[in-house]
Parts: sequence; structure tokens; C-alpha cells
Amino acid sequence: MSLPVVLFALVATVTAVSALGVVLARNVVRMAVWLLFTLVGVALLYFLLGAEFVGAAQLLVYVGGTLVLVVFGVMLTAQGPLRELRTRPADWAVAGVLGVALFGLLVTVSFRIAAPPPTDNPLPGPGPLGLSFLGVTEANPTGPVTGVPDGPPTPRTPVAYLLPFEVVSVHLLVVLVGAAYLARAKRRVRA
Amino acid sequence: MSELGLQPFMILSAFLFACGVVCVATKRNAVGVLMGVELILNAANVNLVAFARFSPTFRLDGQVFALLVVVLAAAEAAVALAIILNFYNNHATVDVDEADELKG
Amino acid sequence: MPDLWSDLLPYPWNVAAAGVVAAALLFGFVGVSTFFAIWAERKVSGRIQDRLGPTRVGPFGLLQSLADGIKLVSKEDHAPTAADRFLFKLAPYLAFCASFVGFLALPFGHGLVAKELNVAAFFVLAVLSSEVFGVVLAGYASASKWSLFGGVREAAQVVSYEVPRALCVVVPVCVAGTLNLNTIGTQQAGWFWNWNLFHDPFTFVAFFVFYICATASCKRAPFDLAEAESELVAGFHTEYSGIRWSYFFLAEYGSMFAVSGLAALLFLGGWHTGFLPAEATALLGFWGGNLLNVAVFVGKCWALVLVMMWMRWSLPRLRIDQVMMVCLHYFLPISCVLLVGVCLWVLLVPAGAAEVVRYGLAFGSVGFVLLMFASAFRAPPMSAPPGRLPGAWDGRPTPLGADASAKRG
Repeated sequence: MSLPVVLFALVATVTAVSALGVVLARNVVRMAVWLLFTLVGVALLYFLLGAEFVGAAQLLVYVGGTLVLVVFGVMLTAQGPLRELRTRPADWAVAGVLGVALFGLLVTVSFRIAAPPPTDNPLPGPGPLGLSFLGVTEANPTGPVTGVPDGPPTPRTPVAYLLPFEVVSVHLLVVLVGAAYLARAKRRVRA
Repeated sequence: MSELGLQPFMILSAFLFACGVVCVATKRNAVGVLMGVELILNAANVNLVAFARFSPTFRLDGQVFALLVVVLAAAEAAVALAIILNFYNNHATVDVDEADELKG
Repeated sequence: MPDLWSDLLPYPWNVAAAGVVAAALLFGFVGVSTFFAIWAERKVSGRIQDRLGPTRVGPFGLLQSLADGIKLVSKEDHAPTAADRFLFKLAPYLAFCASFVGFLALPFGHGLVAKELNVAAFFVLAVLSSEVFGVVLAGYASASKWSLFGGVREAAQVVSYEVPRALCVVVPVCVAGTLNLNTIGTQQAGWFWNWNLFHDPFTFVAFFVFYICATASCKRAPFDLAEAESELVAGFHTEYSGIRWSYFFLAEYGSMFAVSGLAALLFLGGWHTGFLPAEATALLGFWGGNLLNVAVFVGKCWALVLVMMWMRWSLPRLRIDQVMMVCLHYFLPISCVLLVGVCLWVLLVPAGAAEVVRYGLAFGSVGFVLLMFASAFRAPPMSAPPGRLPGAWDGRPTPLGADASAKRG
């Protein structure tokens, strides 16, 4: 048992238990709290895997942004203190069977995959990652994982991420406008 | 890190995915459904970053995809919440079973 | 940090020991800082309002926080009947954890950091921004309208101020070319004109914008709408008492120190005095140099925290719509302009001109600060002729009692 294995076991248990908590919780705010622990656990997994930038992005965007937004939504749509919506037992049965079947399928597939031999080579850090969004980095950067990679970066035309980056940026702008339009203050329509 | 393989991450990801699917299927609160979707996206992200770590040809791509998924998930949550708020304004409820106006 | 232990312990245990020691040291730092910051807050507020502040417990009232702490610990742990008890109890710990974890990536000296991260600046921002979750939960779980209003205000405010704050962090990061706070600190070694604050006009402005946004995201006055006692009783912590309430205070002071540390590292030269030509560890040896480094860094943190207190007791509280407008109408565009400006500056301005601007800014600022100090000593003593009100009514002294008799007449 080495340190990464122990840490993985710890973090994975916390993540899995809180994911189960999201499913089983009745109250929406409690669901959000369990989801908070799941998201933090996933961020810790990223740190464990060495993907520090993705982990920090997960914390900033998901935990600090999305989840707060979700809780905000819960508060704006709450009809009474701690009101619950019950699920029918039939729904539970169908969903449970579906979930167990999917889990079994995915686990089987994961054992079928020929896992490549693990390396101790650290993942590329924020520098290569940022440059790849400009489409100017190597396919498989090695060497220093911080800052700007040394040596001239080679252009990588076939799979440069400049276009996806721009598409995502424009998409975010559209989403911003759309969300503001949808959620603008309106008088409630009374039936 | 060397004795920790790809499989544990994939199994955890599968578990998160299954939890997300069950959550989407069983929750009647629209915000709960949204949280299930977030779980599913996180399951996919765990896999992507694990692939980036363990596959020599996927080292950058996995992280880039994970970042794009995080950003798009935030956008998706914003739009979904806007729709939910609109729905709540019109129907005074967030029960997804009530959203059946288009039913023939 | 694990390197220091690798001589004493084998592989997995040196990492574990380093982790435990780092956590204990940081917890001690946060605790002791909060202990004295609460005392300082009360002293500063007292002096600004022409009072003495705490004087009874210990010399100059220094042990006042200890007495308060004993009182808080021995208080009844109380929760409202309608509250969601699990979330009510969880919320203060969430808030405290978030502000505490931010210290993990803050270097206190050259390489003196609990965990050196390549994305440290980003990480600190990310962790500090999740403190709001504890506050929102506290507001919700208290089942009280005041608390809920406080929580929702806090959520809206912090999520908005996060954006200009993050953009202002990116400005010195653009100059440094890395997110690693240790590297950013090391780059500013030497004389004070090497500090990022004086690098160009954009970083100079970015420091002030960052500091104001950081004050707002620590929910400090004049932005403390989440606990505006004149309208919301005590906001999100209305229903809290005893030790849980004090965890909110630990979280607030912890995040004040964390953002001050971040500001010091990004803009104010980190652990460098600014008056030594090289890294202190190179001049004084490892331990001596690092002792000086830590003292300088903690001193800079304290100076910034004291300015926050000064602002709190000098400025009136904004309204919530003003708070949001200040962020969205002013700070957001300003920080975007700063970001674009600093990129253009780094790319386009020739080195000679940049150096001239750097020295100009550095010596100009130092001269300005010295002038301010001098003017404080030159100011005439505030005295009023007998029968007149002292202080601000300088030009036209008001006779005592004239106001009252005028009204009566």
C-alpha cells in the first residue's frame, strides 16, 4: 500500500458515498451539499492524478460558481420550508435497475480495456495547456510542466484547439445572453 | 502512482455515472435533475483526466476536454436554471412531471 | 516541505509528517492571527471613534480575545427549532475549511509553502470563492428570514466580485508568466522597484481594484451587506451562537489574511523587504533568511488587514444595489481594460520606456507615502476655542448650544 493508493481509496470512498447521498437525499439543499462533497472529491482526484489546473478549474467553476448558482435556484423556487417531492416506488425500481445495469456494463468494459503501462511522467501543466488552446504546442509535451515549455513550440495544425476554444467562447457569450433573457423579471402568469 | 492503474478510476467514474442516471430518473424536482446531469458530466470528466494520466498519446487532449466539459457544464447549468425559473414563474412549481403541456 | 523531513523518515511517512506539521503551523497561524486581529479590530475601531477599546484583560487589553473565546466556548450550543440541524451544524465548518485551505498554496518565504502548486494563484482564488457556500447554507439552514436574506445577498455579491478579482489576479500573472506563487515571489526579489505593483500603470491600478474586490469578497465593510446589522439583525449568522459563531469569525479573518497574502505575493513583492539587493536566504543563510522572509510576509499581511479595518470604520456601508452596481458597472470593465492593457504593455512597450515608467512609479509612490506621513506630523493639533465645537467645523466654528437654541427659537 503506497501513499497514492491510500489517498485514492480515501478520496474515492468520500466521492462515492456523497454521490450516493445525492441520489438518496430527499431535500434539494441537502442534495446540493452532497453534490458539493462529490465535486470536491472529484477535484481532489484531479490533484491526485496531477492535473492541477483542471482540479483548480473544477473548484472555481463548479464549486464556487455552478453549485452556488444551483443553490440560488433552489432558494428562488422553494415553495415552503424544506418541501419534498416524493418519488413513486415504480420510478425507483426502474431507475435502480437501469443504474445497476449501466454500472455493471461500464465496469465490465473497464476491465476489458487494455490499460497502457502506467508512467511516472507528470502531466503537462498550465503552460502547455494554455498554449494548446492557441494551437501552438507539441502533441506530447515532456520536460518542465510549469510555465512556458522550453524549446520552440511546434505548430500542430490537425488537432489545434484554437477553433474549439473560440467556439466555446462564443457559446458562453450566447449562453450569457440567453440566460439573462430567459430569467429576466416577469410578472407571474396566473391561471 | 505507479501501482495505481486506470481501472479504479474507471470503476469510480462508472459509479458516479450510474448515480447520475438514477438521480435524473428519480428526482421530480427540476433542480435535482440538473444535479444528476452534473454528476454524469463529472463521471465523464474523471475518465477523461484518468485517460490523460495513463495514456501516453492523450496527455494534453484529456485535460483540454475536461476543461471544455467543466466550462460547458457551467453554461448548461446557467441556461437550465434560467429555464427552471421561467417554468416556476409560469407554473408555480418545479415538478418536472407537471411540464406536459405539449402532450398530444 | 517534504524535503525537510526526508532525512528523518522513510518515503510515505515524510510526506505525511510534512503534511501534519504544515497543517498544524497554518492552523496556528490562522488562530493566532485571528486572536490578535479581533483585538486590533476593536482597538482600531475604538481609536477611530475616539474611544479606548478593550483595556481590561491583559496589557492594553491584549487578552480580550482569550476572554471572549472562553465565553464563546462555554455558551450553549443552540439551534432554532425549524432549522435543518445537520446543515446548520455543518455550515460554519464548511466556511472555515474553505478559508483555511487557501493557505495551503501560499508561500510564506522562499520555498516555505505547504504544497507548492503550479497553479497556486488559481487554486487560492478557487478555494476562497467556495467559502460563500458555507454562508449560503448557514442562511438557508437557519430557517430565519434575516439569515436567508443575508445568505442570498452574500451569494450574489461574492459570485459577482469573484470575476473582477480573478481578472485582477491575471494581470500580474501575465507579467510573471506563471501561476506558481513561489516563482512569482522569487521574481520580485531585490529592491522595491522590482515589485509587480510598480511594473507598469496597469498592475498599479490592478492592485487597488484587486484589494477592493478582495475586501468585498471577504464581506468586509463597506461591503458587509450579508451581515448588515441595521437591516438584517446579523445577517447569515443571526441564529448562531457560541463556538459555531466563532468559526464564522475564524473564516472571515482567515480569508482576510489569505487575500492579503495573495495581494502581497502578487503585487507587493511577497516575502521580500524591498531594501535588500538579493534574496534574503542567500544573504543570511537558510534559517536566518527565512525567518526574515516570514516576518516580512506576515508583516505585509498585517498591514493590508489593518487597512481593511481602517476602511471598515471610516466608510459608511453601501446599499446592496450600489454594491452590485459598483462591481458590474465599474470594476468589471476596469479589470477587463487592465487585462488587455497589461498584455499590450508586455508585448509592445520597449524595455527602456518600461524601465523609466517602473522607476517613476516606484519612486513616485514612495515619495507620496512619505509626504502623507510628513503631513500627518505637520498637521496642527486639533483644538477649539473655548465654547466652540472642535474638529471638522474648521472654517466657521459653531457655538455650543447654538444649534439647539436655534431649533427651539
